Amino acid sequence: MSEVLDKPEVQKIYIDARGPRFSATITAIVLATALVTHNVWVLIAQGLVFLIGATRGPQFTPYGLIFKNFVKPRLKKEAPTEDVRPPKFAQAVGLLFALVGFLGALADQALIFTVATAFALGAAFLNAAFNYCLGCEMYLLLVRTTTRRK
Amino acid sequence: MELLCKCVATNQEQAELRRLLLANLSVTTPWPLCENTLVKTYLPLAVVLVLASAYGFWWKGTRGAIRSNKAIPGHRLSAAVLGEELGSRATMVQFSSAFCAPCRATHSLLSQMVIPMEDVKHIHIDAESHLELVRTLDIRSTPTTLFINKDGIEVGRAAGTPKREQVLAALAAIN
Repeated sequence: MSEVLDKPEVQKIYIDARGPRFSATITAIVLATALVTHNVWVLIAQGLVFLIGATRGPQFTPYGLIFKNFVKPRLKKEAPTEDVRPPKFAQAVGLLFALVGFLGALADQALIFTVATAFALGAAFLNAAFNYCLGCEMYLLLVRTTTRRK
Repeated sequence: MELLCKCVATNQEQAELRRLLLANLSVTTPWPLCENTLVKTYLPLAVVLVLASAYGFWWKGTRGAIRSNKAIPGHRLSAAVLGEELGSRATMVQFSSAFCAPCRATHSLLSQMVIPMEDVKHIHIDAESHLELVRTLDIRSTPTTLFINKDGIEVGRAAGTPKREQVLAALAAIN
């Protein structure tokens, strides 16, 4: 392909592109439950899923394993693949929101819990419903603002 | 009122309340009489879904659309800056990053489309290694494709993967 998109120094892992979208659907349902019930344990559980996704990779989360074993066999055989890094980055963003929400709950700040959970839910919903690629939208802005101007 | 308010007083509490009211015309109870439980429970969820849906529809609708209002006035992209010669009539300058699946789809589409076009070129730029250019042009996401004429002036840009018809229309407008 093109050198821009295939940087050789980074080891590339490709996953089925439909997996993260399936995981985002489950994530959205879980987070909606946490938001409605104000239950911090539900948020903690989802936070652990985010942790696995951000560190090992989204294909190793419970949702990813469900997709691989139960959903994928029922789909079309030709799988669109994508680099694992954008979904991994998205999981890290989710983890950050979950952490803030957890800390808010710990400090007895219901508003922080609600707002953080709401943001995480918004991101998961956008991915599930519109295939919104959070990594693509945020990554360049992050690099632009954090790299010093020459 | 019935839908939004749910009285939390139990039968025993209601009997107690009636007794208090009869004994004393003004009364305050130690428990809340009514709570907007339904609204309080579902309002944050409703707000998130409505706002996220609105944003999602807007985002989806504007992906790939060629917009001509973002060009920096008077700015020209030269072959020196881009590292390659411009097309004789038009050039599509695609900014990509390594972190981006839609960039591949855009690259496939555009590089294929220019094969039969002799006066149009497709130039591919890695956003991360051209940050100054990215800042000058105010490029915020990838893929972003700039449509420029033979003098290096931007006539339009598309964020996200454009559709074939949109690309053809944009190129046809450049003369």
